[in-house]
Amino acid sequence: MSAAIETDELTKDYKVGFWRPRPYRALDRLTLAVEPGEVFGFLGPNGAGKTTTLKLLMQLVFPTSGRAAILGQPVGDLEVRRRIGYLPENPYFYDNLTAEEVLTYFASLFGYAPADCRARAGRLLDEVGLGAERRLQLRKYSKGMIQRVGIAQALINDPDVIFLDEPMSGLDPLGRRDVRALILKLRDRGTTIFFSSHILSDAESLCSRVAIVAGGRLATVGRLQDMAGVEIRGWEIVMTGVPASLLATLDNRGIRATSVAEGRYTFELPAGARPEPFVAELSASGAALLSVSPLHTTLEEVFVQQVAKAGSARPGAL
Amino acid sequence: MNVATLRRIAFAVFRESVRDRVPYSLVGFALLVMGASYLIGQVTAGQDVKIIKDLGLAAMSIFGLFIAVFIGIGLVSKELERRSIYSLIAKPVRRSELILGKYAGLVFTIAVNVAVMTAVWYLVLGYMSWMETEAFKQSWEAPATDPRMLVAVYLIVIQLMLVIAIALFFSTFAEPLWAAVFTLALYVAGHFSADLKHFEVVVGDSPLRFITTGLYYLLPNMAMFDVKNAVVHAQPVPPAYVGVATAYGACYIVALVAAAVWIFGRRDFK
Repeated sequence: MSAAIETDELTKDYKVGFWRPRPYRALDRLTLAVEPGEVFGFLGPNGAGKTTTLKLLMQLVFPTSGRAAILGQPVGDLEVRRRIGYLPENPYFYDNLTAEEVLTYFASLFGYAPADCRARAGRLLDEVGLGAERRLQLRKYSKGMIQRVGIAQALINDPDVIFLDEPMSGLDPLGRRDVRALILKLRDRGTTIFFSSHILSDAESLCSRVAIVAGGRLATVGRLQDMAGVEIRGWEIVMTGVPASLLATLDNRGIRATSVAEGRYTFELPAGARPEPFVAELSASGAALLSVSPLHTTLEEVFVQQVAKAGSARPGAL
Repeated sequence: MNVATLRRIAFAVFRESVRDRVPYSLVGFALLVMGASYLIGQVTAGQDVKIIKDLGLAAMSIFGLFIAVFIGIGLVSKELERRSIYSLIAKPVRRSELILGKYAGLVFTIAVNVAVMTAVWYLVLGYMSWMETEAFKQSWEAPATDPRMLVAVYLIVIQLMLVIAIALFFSTFAEPLWAAVFTLALYVAGHFSADLKHFEVVVGDSPLRFITTGLYYLLPNMAMFDVKNAVVHAQPVPPAYVGVATAYGACYIVALVAAAVWIFGRRDFK
């Protein structure tokens, strides 16, 4: 089966400067493939080339060189656009139209019958939690509500592939939870999801694979468990009621103890040490166990390493 | 080119435009001016109908112009500035369909606006005619609700369609403020383009002549669409003149919209 999204040496230069325009490489020979049904995280610091990549895939900008394909067809093909959805970063719609009108309008552009357009708009507004505000003009919406409208319009055609540019932007914690649940629901339906973000916890909780871009270049791409989380580099144990006499001896054994609050302590065991004997020892002295967690390499650590390796977090002048 | 898509885009533009406060306030203001002109007519012996005809047509032209410019530049440049066009571009719509649909939507908006203004204007004139004695009406050059005045209204609509095309053209590559400035500048210059023709007589064979002649042919002759004086004074406007003015406007509109489609189809939305 061919890739859902494919880029081959995709490059974009912009001209910067008014009097003496000079080329500026925003994206440098990006080659990657996203398989059907994947939740693919496209990560990078601000200015890394994430939005440029999405704009190239949506043909909002044209490539300087290289090529991109979605569902095996060149980007920009109208038949491909019937099968994709796109949430731009910080979306904005028409102030004087209601959410229902905007969604019905967008649905009509796919050629659906008017009744179907209205039904799709209503269902999606309910799904993103705006059912009650559907007849309110968008100028009265908050940023988070507009973001939800943006997500709804990206789903109006039940897309096979959906592109989300910073989908959590502007959302409160409840909104973020809802969007995470929505993305997982789409994944279960078999939708390919390509989302760009600089919020790593979102990628960690949602993605099967991620790519990290920095300075307009692809720094790394791979499965999340291959990049982070495979190797356990220690244990974090939280206990309460630990006797002071015992605490004094831990430092000599290479165990770091940190007082949290109200008699609770966090202990960090080094790699190689097993948590069970330690927990048994403290429990025997009257302490109570609250939690035990393995310490992994986090995506954040991988991200920082890769961005540093790329040399610069900013794309460069040519 | 999908006609159904054009229609849907045009309808969305119409719906967004008529809810925008600008047309409301401008149409309201136009109505206010017509009301005021009626009051002026009350204190102007014998000339009241002529004044209202004059002011009505002038108000339609000016307020239509502002609607055309300020909504027209918003069609593309404001959409780009606010990035509302991003979601639209990702739908199964050609860029050319977007431009043509938006143009059609604003033309429809302007047509409805002018139709409302015309209806109110004729109502005011009808009321005045109804209030006057038959003997007094004999002194008028033409009946107050002379249907021949619709020729002037028609040419105002053609002129406004041209202004929308100019605004659309500039908005495909210029910032909203500059697009507005360029459009208004071209509108004003277009009213004086006939003077450029006379200027070549003044400058003789100097190189300036080529510039003025070039400008004369390049700038749209806006004065061509202005037959207000003729209709107010009941002078006939030959159908051939209306036909030529329509064809002239259509040529400019086609050229400008085609250029807008060409530019819009190739530009990057950074």
